[in-house]
Amino acid sequence: MATAGGTPAAAGDNLKRLTDLYRMMVRIRTFEETALEAYKAGEIPGPLHVSFGQEAIPAGVCASLRHDDRLTSNHRGHGHALAKGADAATMYLELYGREGGYCRGKGGSMHIADFSVGMLGANGVVGGGLPIAVGAAQGLKLLKSAAIAVCMFGDGATNRGPFLEALNWAAIYTLPVLFVCEDNGVAAHTETRTVTAGEGPAARANAIGVPAVTIDGNDALVVEETVARLVADIRAGRGPRMMHAKTYRWTGHTATDAAAWRDPKEVEAAKQRCPIARLKAVLIERGLAPSALDEISAAARTEMQSGRTAAHTAPWPGIPSAFEDVQDVGAVHG
Amino acid sequence: MAEVTLVEAGRLAVLQEMRRDPTVWVLGEDVGRGGLWGQYRGLIDEFGPERIVSTPISESTIMGAGLGAALVGTRPIIEMRIFDFVMCAMDELVNQIAKVRYMFGGQAKPAVVVRTPHGMWRNSAAQHSQMLEAWFAHLPGVVVVAPSNAEDEAGLLVSAIRSDDPVLFFDPKDHWLVPGKIADGEIAAIPFGKARHARQGDALTIVTWSAIVPNVLAAADQLASEGIKVDVLDLRTIWPWDQDAVAASLSRTKRLLVVHEAVEVGGFGAEVIATMIDRLGPSGLKVAKRLGAPRIPVPFAPPLENEVRISPARIVAAAKAAMA
Ligand SMILES: Cc1ncc(C[n+]2csc(CCOP(=O)(O)OP(=O)(O)O)c2C)c(N)n1
Ligand SMILES: [Mg+2]
Repeated sequence: MATAGGTPAAAGDNLKRLTDLYRMMVRIRTFEETALEAYKAGEIPGPLHVSFGQEAIPAGVCASLRHDDRLTSNHRGHGHALAKGADAATMYLELYGREGGYCRGKGGSMHIADFSVGMLGANGVVGGGLPIAVGAAQGLKLLKSAAIAVCMFGDGATNRGPFLEALNWAAIYTLPVLFVCEDNGVAAHTETRTVTAGEGPAARANAIGVPAVTIDGNDALVVEETVARLVADIRAGRGPRMMHAKTYRWTGHTATDAAAWRDPKEVEAAKQRCPIARLKAVLIERGLAPSALDEISAAARTEMQSGRTAAHTAPWPGIPSAFEDVQDVGAVHG
Repeated sequence: MAEVTLVEAGRLAVLQEMRRDPTVWVLGEDVGRGGLWGQYRGLIDEFGPERIVSTPISESTIMGAGLGAALVGTRPIIEMRIFDFVMCAMDELVNQIAKVRYMFGGQAKPAVVVRTPHGMWRNSAAQHSQMLEAWFAHLPGVVVVAPSNAEDEAGLLVSAIRSDDPVLFFDPKDHWLVPGKIADGEIAAIPFGKARHARQGDALTIVTWSAIVPNVLAAADQLASEGIKVDVLDLRTIWPWDQDAVAASLSRTKRLLVVHEAVEVGGFGAEVIATMIDRLGPSGLKVAKRLGAPRIPVPFAPPLENEVRISPARIVAAAKAAMA
């Protein structure tokens, strides 16, 4: 957390805070493990993008956010939603396309949104959240709100035009936005470096005029500390900042993609840098009882299993709802 | 009644709504200097650069930022300069603005006006002259407005700014300077989906909208001088559109001609005709025809451009053919 002067407190000061960070990462991992199981069992339709190995980033980012801060996400957004405060059971209902889901069954995994916690939506278009996030920040500024906007996107998005546009936009209007590039090195089935000129996302951001830092995105403490510092700058009115967080995605692009082209040794090496295992080691070293860690895992499993079961047995949305929420004027009826 | 140009009518509507509601603001290229045609002239003096925001040439982000700002509770007027540049922001318009409310199960309120001058204007050629309003009638989630005169420009713009639905507002840029009349005092909102009954007659129903309306009215007056009285309905909004008014007119005339400046093939005229055939049955209509541009890009040289332009003479000829 930032102190009044804007300096982050030393990351290890507060065991409870680290435990909360750990719990969130475990919940994200368990949410997606459970969702993947359900997907493989044929219970969940549509595309599903999981983020095993990347959990430190959403958990560390959202630890410094307020409830009314807004966040835009991308296609790989389960962790972003959970970390911003969305409810796992309601997310499962949406993944299953059932009544009571966040989008009443109209969005699915790729379009989870929970406006009540400032989560302005996952996005099926790579880079789609960038212009929306800067606009949210501009709107908040116009309304004289103290809230900020956060934009989560992948390395792949940095090759789309809206990346240039949105960063430039945020800089010229000194907007309260934190850009977070989750760099897992791949965009679908292509290693991003093979299709990207220059020095990478942080160099691009700095060149545009958005101060950026590159960090180890698999170290939750570093993520949290960095975000606390950048958010303090943003809240102080110093304009946008970018965090380029390097990480690795253990699985393929979607739930059905084995990513067989990848060297298994590379994946194994990445698992050795598992962000959850790393934070666990820190917590044990700082004296947290192993039983407390087990309880966190057990609680996450119970939460996710009950969410899965409830969603699997929940009713489908009523057919008339297909015609609802299109528009007020000029709506058609079934 | 005050005599104003169409561009001034639009400016007064924005001014009135910005005074009424502090969450209304404008973003777009050069709007701080009044906009390309003076649609926003002087507004920056009253509202400052926070509410009249001159932007970089970043169409994706002009459109997308407008949406983001709506999602936190403001009401942006997204000025797109010239319609053809909306093409640079199609993701933000089609995949984002038109989808967020539905896709997020009703959580989002994308209350934006996308204001975009369209159509032929001073031989501007293929990339500055298009009329693709039919594309957006095809797009669930948006309201599509295409006024033809100063009074409708003002009243429909007031409705658009107050609407919680995203509204595509097509300004007829060839008629910016055409004088018209608006009521003194408060500009009243004109509801969407109500046609203007611009000429009365029983011989033929002509359905039309936007920039071509003055030519249709000139044709109707010429026909009247020859003793042929036609009904002219200016739809004003093409989604929703006033199906009741068209059907009521056709119950008298039984003959339909749709005239639009846009390319005839796949144009909104086809939708009007198909809907009326469905609604009135095969015996309800004697004739149903449409008149639009040939399926070629808008050319530059004036004699070539005239091939695309729907002149009053061509409308008169089409009307007579429909009554033969
Ligand atoms: C504009 C656009 N182009 C292509 C796609 C297909 N697609 C979906 S995700 C993806 C890769 C994105 O890579 P990155 O941004 O690095 O995110 P990651 O999947 O690695 O988390 C692609 C190409 C898309 N959804 N949108
Ligand atoms: Mg990636």
